Amino acid sequence: MPTTNENIIELRHITKTYEDGFVAVSDFNLSVRKGEFVTFLGPSGCGKTTTLRMIAGFELPTEGEILLNGKNIASLPPYERPINTVFQRYALFPHMNIYENIAFGLRQKKVPQDVITKKVKRVLELVDLEGFESRSVSTLSGGQQQRIAIARAVVNEPEILLLDEPLGALDLKMRKEMQLELKEMHDRLGITFIYVTHDQEEALTMSDTIVVMSEGKIQQTGTPEDIYNEPKNAFVADFIGESNIFNGIMTGHLKARFCGGEFDCVDDVAEGTHITAVVRPEDVIVTAPEEGTIRGTVTNVIFKGMHYEITIVSGKSEMVVQSVRSQKVGDYVGMRVDPDNIHIMIAEDHTNYFTADINSDFRLEFNGKLLDTSVTKLIKGSKRLEDGRVVDAAGDEIDPAKTRIIASIQPQDITMTDHVEEGLVEGYISNLIYKGDHYSYVIHTDLEQDFIVDDEYLWNMDDHVGLIMPIEKMTFKLKK
Amino acid sequence: MHVLKFSRKSLGIPYALFLILFVALPLLVLFYYAFTNGQGQFTTKNFTGFFTDPNTLGTLCYSFAIALVTTIVCLLIAYPTAYILAVSKLRQKHVLILLLIMPMWINFSLRITALKEILTLIEGNLAYYPFLNAVVGMTYDFLPFMILPIYNTISRLDGSLIEAAKDLGANDTSAFLKVTLPLSVPGIVSGISMVFLPAMTNYVVLDMLYNSTYIMGSLIGSYFSAYNWHGGSMIALILLAIIIAFTILTRGMEESDNRGVGGALL
Repeated sequence: MPTTNENIIELRHITKTYEDGFVAVSDFNLSVRKGEFVTFLGPSGCGKTTTLRMIAGFELPTEGEILLNGKNIASLPPYERPINTVFQRYALFPHMNIYENIAFGLRQKKVPQDVITKKVKRVLELVDLEGFESRSVSTLSGGQQQRIAIARAVVNEPEILLLDEPLGALDLKMRKEMQLELKEMHDRLGITFIYVTHDQEEALTMSDTIVVMSEGKIQQTGTPEDIYNEPKNAFVADFIGESNIFNGIMTGHLKARFCGGEFDCVDDVAEGTHITAVVRPEDVIVTAPEEGTIRGTVTNVIFKGMHYEITIVSGKSEMVVQSVRSQKVGDYVGMRVDPDNIHIMIAEDHTNYFTADINSDFRLEFNGKLLDTSVTKLIKGSKRLEDGRVVDAAGDEIDPAKTRIIASIQPQDITMTDHVEEGLVEGYISNLIYKGDHYSYVIHTDLEQDFIVDDEYLWNMDDHVGLIMPIEKMTFKLKK
Repeated sequence: MHVLKFSRKSLGIPYALFLILFVALPLLVLFYYAFTNGQGQFTTKNFTGFFTDPNTLGTLCYSFAIALVTTIVCLLIAYPTAYILAVSKLRQKHVLILLLIMPMWINFSLRITALKEILTLIEGNLAYYPFLNAVVGMTYDFLPFMILPIYNTISRLDGSLIEAAKDLGANDTSAFLKVTLPLSVPGIVSGISMVFLPAMTNYVVLDMLYNSTYIMGSLIGSYFSAYNWHGGSMIALILLAIIIAFTILTRGMEESDNRGVGGALL
């Protein structure tokens, strides 16, 4: 069934604050059209499941309205909502057989016995498990339990079907099959699907609309193509697909400087604006050194089946390239990107990001200088074993040579100093803008990376300065 | 050089010895006494005597009644308590559980003596209500054994099952009756087996409450104190048979629970 323009459910200014003050979802606004396949996508802890649970009725929003066909249902208990859920771990009743599991919802509605039997039979055909009525839950495989969970929900003909990471417990092959089946089932049933996942590929494959979430907020809402091709900010670009993300600045009309080079682009952004530039690995064209916009040295080549993943270091910036042609490690090459394939986003926050290394003692280093913190303090749940290795919460080893830490610091937390050796990194002031109560400086460092610094005092263009960055003001994230 | 070799099997020797010494042998002695008379000759008189003597049969029925009522009362108190404890989000929950378990750690005769004083204060003379006092004493003594297994079962229940029931249209009551209760049956069964059988035999509780009525345990005790090992052994054997029958019955129930029809109990 094609989607219509009629909104079936609207979430207005939904906020969920827990008793301990944790804000799981804040000011969430979304309209879902009848028959749409909407996916909430985001990393764990981004609030996607909490939002789903508020729609289902398991959690009450602290603020805001949930309008189902125009009626506020935010405070209705789950059993009074025409909405059904497929749970993450299926939640099939172990003390009932398949028939009783599926019939559960219909029995609550006092549907006559003969109708129940017919409906159960029909829905079992729908999920390709004819004749499973008298089987017990424990005799089914994961994939079969998944289908029964779906059957148990859709047999009630809900107006909206909520799916909470339903394929998370299945193996890869099964997951791919179920993705297609779910999509097909959605088309056939015409029920509105709201799907929660952290798997970007799953979201891109199945959805009409993707809602990308992070830290309780919507980052971007759009079709899979929109989200992939026109990410709104660095988070979305980073989360959806693989991306090279650079801080940069507009240096002229349709000209942007990032990654140590000046690129032509198609986004008309005013000169001097701080930007975030996103380049997909498959859009980078490797050329002879003299033909490239920027040049660099190949440091790593991995064969990925369909393509080679090539890492090229230019200055201190790293560009990941996907190409069907391999390169030799150590070669000096050029790189260019079609203006169409450079996505320029106005940096809405001027957070400085930089990559820190982990030394053999599992302490952080940047620019050859030690940052006084260790890996175990940064990665939640990680610990150092007696034999000196460090493992993360899941028990996987963290290899210092392969792991990078993304550090971030706000412009106002960096101080400039004339004593360049006191700074973590040094560079020249390449741009300054007066912002009313302070100056915003762009420091072009020796590492070919720009830092943005806010300072209330006036410095001069081309001043040579050191940047003091207090470690307690930094935040750190493990790079995937 | 001779090398000492331990096979895995030899590790089982201490266990086998223990089993023979403390389980098999005493059982054989029990059988021997149950089916012999004072002269050491084989007889089934102990057995037939038990089932033909109206006094012993009366005692069996009486202990059965006490055990049944005790179990029901325990269940009625324990289930809501365990349920509330298990579903409450109290941060100090373990303190509450500790408070419930603590009586088990206090000497049994001290607790029963205290109970006796309280009952005497209320009733005046304990002899007026022997049945009631027996049930009260047993319930007081065995309640924690009913609460704990039920609490364990309920607190291990997957919360998403109850959410699933509500999601499918069941209100709180109906979700409880159709999901929580049937799924807590294993805890109830294990609670019952912890309470029912001891309540049939634990005559020390009655003795200490100056209760002159007889239950199965008191019967064995009276045979033994009259040096009639044969009659006492036979009663012990009959109780053993009841325990085995009960265990088989409940195991059958748990198995059918695993097959997914345990809800039929309702």
